[in-house]
Amino acid sequence: MTTNGASLSAPLGLLAELTHRCPLGCPYCSNPLALDRRGDELDTATWGRVFCEAAALGVLQVHLSGGEPAARRDLSEIVKGAREAGLYSNLITSAVGLTPQNLAVLADAGLDHVQISIQDSDEASADHIARYKGASARKRAIARDVVRLGLPLTINMVVHRANIGRIEPMVDLALSLGAGRVEIAHVQYYGWALKNRDVLMPTRAQVEEAVRQVETLRTRHHGQIVIDAVVPDYYARFPKPCVGGWGRRSLNVTPAGRVLPCHAAEVIPGLEFWNVREHSLADIWRSSPAFLAFRGTDWMQEPCRSCARRDQDFGGCRCQAFLLTGDARAADPVCHLSPQHALVETLASAGQDGAYSYRSF
Amino acid sequence: MDTPPRQLSGSVCPRLPRGVRLTHSEAQGGWILLAPERVFKADGITVEILKRCTGETNLNAIVDDLARTFAAPRERIHADVVNLLGSLADKKLLELG
Repeated sequence: MTTNGASLSAPLGLLAELTHRCPLGCPYCSNPLALDRRGDELDTATWGRVFCEAAALGVLQVHLSGGEPAARRDLSEIVKGAREAGLYSNLITSAVGLTPQNLAVLADAGLDHVQISIQDSDEASADHIARYKGASARKRAIARDVVRLGLPLTINMVVHRANIGRIEPMVDLALSLGAGRVEIAHVQYYGWALKNRDVLMPTRAQVEEAVRQVETLRTRHHGQIVIDAVVPDYYARFPKPCVGGWGRRSLNVTPAGRVLPCHAAEVIPGLEFWNVREHSLADIWRSSPAFLAFRGTDWMQEPCRSCARRDQDFGGCRCQAFLLTGDARAADPVCHLSPQHALVETLASAGQDGAYSYRSF
Repeated sequence: MDTPPRQLSGSVCPRLPRGVRLTHSEAQGGWILLAPERVFKADGITVEILKRCTGETNLNAIVDDLARTFAAPRERIHADVVNLLGSLADKKLLELG
């Protein structure tokens, strides 16, 4: 079946935002400013059905996320549902809300992997970024429990102006906790991160130093820990292949059941999103207007339309193109070939120290 | 980056650790190795090697079995197996017990 100049691929990953509730207030959160209310959350059974439908579509991995997924009292039932659907489950958590006991229950329910966020190697800074005193200590303790239970552990570190000078101690921390993998995740500017962009933005010199550090650390720690890191796109020459292409490799279900091609898609005006309460996931993947909007390459304008890289990076990020240029069909201006690239260069050098607007309802 | 050629003892008993598994997916076009937040396509040779990594069979026995099953030169098989297992272990996708 062909749509928009591309044959329909099978999605590989499902991002399941189980709730937008979270005890932390991280200013770089990618959730939308308008958070889904608890009363609108999908119930256990609906998530179970969504997982079965996802598996039938070809999805292999589910990322149980949010907000804070541990805020769901039925989390172990949800994990069981993922297991029963045959999906590999990743828990994407702050660890605040987890205890050694409920972690053991999740392990028994079939959880495959845990990713814990750590805001900084410096504990005072970490607690300040999360706006939660004691978060850092809790995360380290739970990380050790994950490893004790025999589950693989990834430490995710969102990197920005406040902590970009501590790449090495952050990787050392991940190693000391027994993580098999660490993600050096340079902040991306959507949702709350966009709101706080000016106080999160590092300098070019800091980014270049961070990139050098990562290379050194990869060589030093080869075989001990996997370091995943991507150059932050405001400092790159070409855009990232956002979500592996619109409606191509992944889908996102919000706490209230809306299905999005990516977590930021609701910023683009005029898109119609369907809900799992009313449609099957297969139907949504194949036919929902939001998924059709930028699937394939027919929608592209120049310079993307005739670019040799168009099937490699898909013109970059639609949401970012809209947020920065006002046109969701424009080339992502992080691309040096975009006529609006100068805008990104200006923003990239406009970082400053200042107070955070912390995430909250 | 050049890494020195891998050396692995014939007595190691390789196995996939918890959180890493081999699965077949029609929709995704074949065998896939599932790992923390990543998937890897697994070709026929990789599948044959990994199927034998149960934690109960040592490297020598795995190589012997493959050489026999595929009527292939043992040295060649040995090199391929060591390369694969070494690179998977480096990525934390395999335990060399």
